[in-house]
Amino acid sequence: MSRRLVITGLGATTPIGGDVPSLWDNALTGTAGAKTLEHEWVEEYQLPVTFAAEASHEPAETLSRPETRRMDRSTQFGMVAARQAWADAGLDQVELDPERVAVSFATGIGGVWTLLDSWDTLRNKGPRRVLPMTVPMLMPNGAAAAISLDLGAHAGARTAVSACASGVESLIMAMDLLHNGDAEVVVAGGTEAAIHPLPMAAFANMQALSRRNDDPGAASRPYDVDRDGFVMGEGAGSLVIETEEHAKARGATIYAELAGGGITSDAYHITAPDIEGAGATRALRKAMASADAGVEEISHVNAHATSTPVGDIPEYTAMKAAFGSHLENICVSATKSQTGHLLGAAGAVESVLTVKALADRKAPVTINLENQDSEIPLDVVSGSPRDLGSKDQVGICSSFGFGGHNAVVAFRTA
Amino acid sequence: MADKNAILAGLAEIVEEETGLETEEVKLEKSFTEDLDIDSISMMTIVVNAEEKFDVKIPDEEVKNLATVGDAVNYIANAQG
Repeated sequence: MSRRLVITGLGATTPIGGDVPSLWDNALTGTAGAKTLEHEWVEEYQLPVTFAAEASHEPAETLSRPETRRMDRSTQFGMVAARQAWADAGLDQVELDPERVAVSFATGIGGVWTLLDSWDTLRNKGPRRVLPMTVPMLMPNGAAAAISLDLGAHAGARTAVSACASGVESLIMAMDLLHNGDAEVVVAGGTEAAIHPLPMAAFANMQALSRRNDDPGAASRPYDVDRDGFVMGEGAGSLVIETEEHAKARGATIYAELAGGGITSDAYHITAPDIEGAGATRALRKAMASADAGVEEISHVNAHATSTPVGDIPEYTAMKAAFGSHLENICVSATKSQTGHLLGAAGAVESVLTVKALADRKAPVTINLENQDSEIPLDVVSGSPRDLGSKDQVGICSSFGFGGHNAVVAFRTA
Repeated sequence: MADKNAILAGLAEIVEEETGLETEEVKLEKSFTEDLDIDSISMMTIVVNAEEKFDVKIPDEEVKNLATVGDAVNYIANAQG
């Protein structure tokens, strides 16, 4: 069964805005989310990287105290974003058949704070002090489960876990649910809260993180010759996806069509991207084919572009292979320059930004692009937002993850 | 002899922290499950936190006997001696 799928609600809590309106305003003007971390543990463990892009708003500002206590930080962010998307879609105002509502909410790591805090409790205070809620808090499906419980979604609560491709994979999982006829409405998204000394130390030792400790705001600089790694971010993004029939029947506002998606795996190396970008190319082509989109329809790409020296080039190679000479007509935004890298939430937040770009016909800016790498001759939106024009068009959001996961979605203007 | 009012006040704070219920709602005659709607996982969290706060041991097999807030206060008072 192939049905048109549409986006009717958006939510986000990010380093550059605690909701979609503020995220979008800041993304258009260009806002650096990264700052020096002011936690004792940075000094205590002598971390080589002393900055990150923390969420601009603490989840406790909107969640109740018991909710905050019983949810890992990653679930907290997911809950905040999902409730925003749900309300934005107007679904808090209508009667829905709960058996036709599903959740597809991703994470890269899950409840890493809960896991490691509980380990500290066990070692310092003994097993009796380990909280009974530890397991439901640390499990990677915790956010999907908590959101399904909160919204009363009975058609399944799924969790894509594919490192930094997770957020986009959650949308493709949602498409499968809707195309299979398992649901009429899916609350999709991704969340991450991994600004913890252990992942910070591990990513730093992989040489994956920027070490620009003296100037955090300038550290995330995709496509710039002086890029030296990604910047850890945290937060969540959420999109309500509905069948067009269901959305129209209830008179919902439609932001864009979720036209297609493609998932591939590199089977090349556990962390390094394939130099030729073959897996990424196949994912781009699959997404276009499933969206029934001609290459000339594509106007905008929100790229994965993490700002690592080795990652940004194969993505360009893949775009060149998939889009051919039309690539020169496509404007590319690398919004991780602003938000940092939200790992399993990245693709969800960037999908929110891609949908907003199509809805408002404006592509957000890439900051810190001072000397564009000559090996990546893309038309990068920087300085000021790009007007996308009034014609119907397709926007692409790409995410790639450790493990060789490639996930691409294609949105079409409504 | 332990001060039962102080135990009640301390227990009410633990319950509030876990469930969001106002401390005034945590009264001696209230049932944890029937009146305060506390599930088994929350109950265990409350027990673990109470052990730490009042420096007592509440064995798992005793927890099912603590039907009301008053039962818990009495148990803690006796355990403190």
